[in-house]
Amino acid sequence: MDAIVLWLTSLFPQMAVPTARLIVHIVYAAILSFVAPVVLVVAFTYMERKVIARIQDRVGPNRAGPLGMLQGFADAIKMLTKEDITPAGADRIVYNLAPGLAVIGVVLVFAVLPVAPGVIGTDLSIGILYVVAVGGIGTMAVLMAGWSSNNKYALLSAFRVVAQLVAYEIPMVIAIIIVVLTAGSMRMGDIIAAQNVPFLFTLPVAFFIFFVANIAEIGRSPFDLLEAESEIIAGFHVEYSGMKFAFFFIGEYMHLFVSAGIATTLFLGGWRGPGASEASILGALLGFVYFLAKTVLLIFAMMWVRGTFPRFRIDHLLDFGWKFLVPVGLLTLVAVALVLKLPFLSSPVLQWVGLLVANVAVIVVALAAVSLAARRTRSVALRSVAGAER
Amino acid sequence: MPTNVVQIVVFAILTLMTLGGGLGVVSSRNLFHGALFLVLSFAGVVGYYVLLDAGFLAAVQLLIYIGAIAILILFAIMLSRGLMSQRQSQRNEQWWIALLVVVLTFVVLAVVLWQVDWPVASDQALASPSVAISQLGQELLGPYVIPFEVASVLLLVALVGAVILARETET
Repeated sequence: MDAIVLWLTSLFPQMAVPTARLIVHIVYAAILSFVAPVVLVVAFTYMERKVIARIQDRVGPNRAGPLGMLQGFADAIKMLTKEDITPAGADRIVYNLAPGLAVIGVVLVFAVLPVAPGVIGTDLSIGILYVVAVGGIGTMAVLMAGWSSNNKYALLSAFRVVAQLVAYEIPMVIAIIIVVLTAGSMRMGDIIAAQNVPFLFTLPVAFFIFFVANIAEIGRSPFDLLEAESEIIAGFHVEYSGMKFAFFFIGEYMHLFVSAGIATTLFLGGWRGPGASEASILGALLGFVYFLAKTVLLIFAMMWVRGTFPRFRIDHLLDFGWKFLVPVGLLTLVAVALVLKLPFLSSPVLQWVGLLVANVAVIVVALAAVSLAARRTRSVALRSVAGAER
Repeated sequence: MPTNVVQIVVFAILTLMTLGGGLGVVSSRNLFHGALFLVLSFAGVVGYYVLLDAGFLAAVQLLIYIGAIAILILFAIMLSRGLMSQRQSQRNEQWWIALLVVVLTFVVLAVVLWQVDWPVASDQALASPSVAISQLGQELLGPYVIPFEVASVLLLVALVGAVILARETET
């Protein structure tokens, strides 16, 4: 980004550096908030349909354009031409505000997402905290949509949203704290710089918690209880149509990309890879390619999960969040904090090994606890069955 | 000069948001709208923190007040009766007690604001906000560790109390 600023000032000698910086940032922000949503939504809906279709042994979209690649554009045109309906008794202002908020909450995260070496909206000293803070806006949007639609299914969905998003925000934050503790900073740039070995390999438990909590935060299957078709029709956006529905749709797919991008930054080393550097344009481009590749890989994994797991029941969902992810996260946090302070693990390599060992130990303890608990509930269930037969 | 003007305009907008939101909270007849106005007011305060270059406080305000407290308030309102009825009375028979408390609070705050000599941080502290964060952490776990711990114990008590209240009576 600084390179572009320099280039602009060399192109127009009379331009001051702050002005050039302002222009570059405005253009960057415009690209992220106007161009990126459209491109991302079209690309990822296509990818999602193809991947899910393959998992389900189908072909997927194959009519519009070569390999069905124009399907996304066809859908976009259909959305734009649909009638815009406001249900009777809806709270108009809130009803119309909600779709916009759903998108804004996600676009704001782009500001701290390092997509390539040196290319980041603003490298805040509290980068990752900002991401978590802004995440609350999306929850607000869903609540507002669910309430203002004047529809009992939408309202039910809003209840579920609060229960689910609040429950899964906690393990997500714990996983982030583990990363911040290891990197020693909340700044995105520092977190990337700290990953000579990606945190995926030193903190696999934190990655697992973050990944699962993230899927729940986006509300994708198997955590898509807020729009469980078989139970509450389409959930909070049941009354929305046309462009307003499209906004929720755009928000969801951008959220998918952004959260995968954050996971990439936190655990896969962001744009780091052989040859990626801030020094040259080529290095920066290479870094962008690495970032995209890692992010798309994570998104593919999320689609894979969606294609293979059945939907959770609401009580199982809450139990899994509160009784498994949160305790495991806290245990990992304590273990990681201990390992980081151990005096004899002074060299980086030893520290990595120590972290990995601690994580594996946490996995073993967690699995043992789960199997013990499962055995106990099973024996209780068996006993009650036996009692009923007698 | 231009940055100064921009700052004043932004400050005016934020003040409108905060005070207008606050006014909306007490004047709107719909409980849900009141809660949404509260969110607007909180957002204005976030803006103040950003204007003061206190990014950490801004993010925490957003996270705790909008992300947690406002959403829980909205949730509680959704679970309350008469949600779908659009109009509710804004006062009950205790309005005069509330008025008394509000006036007293206002007087105390006004006196404090008027009399305290507000110290201005040095330019060095303002220049690097990241230093301020680590300082905040050091202070919280150094000189202010006892208030910090008391606050966390208080929260823990509230948490345990909530669990006990919500627990089903054992048979």
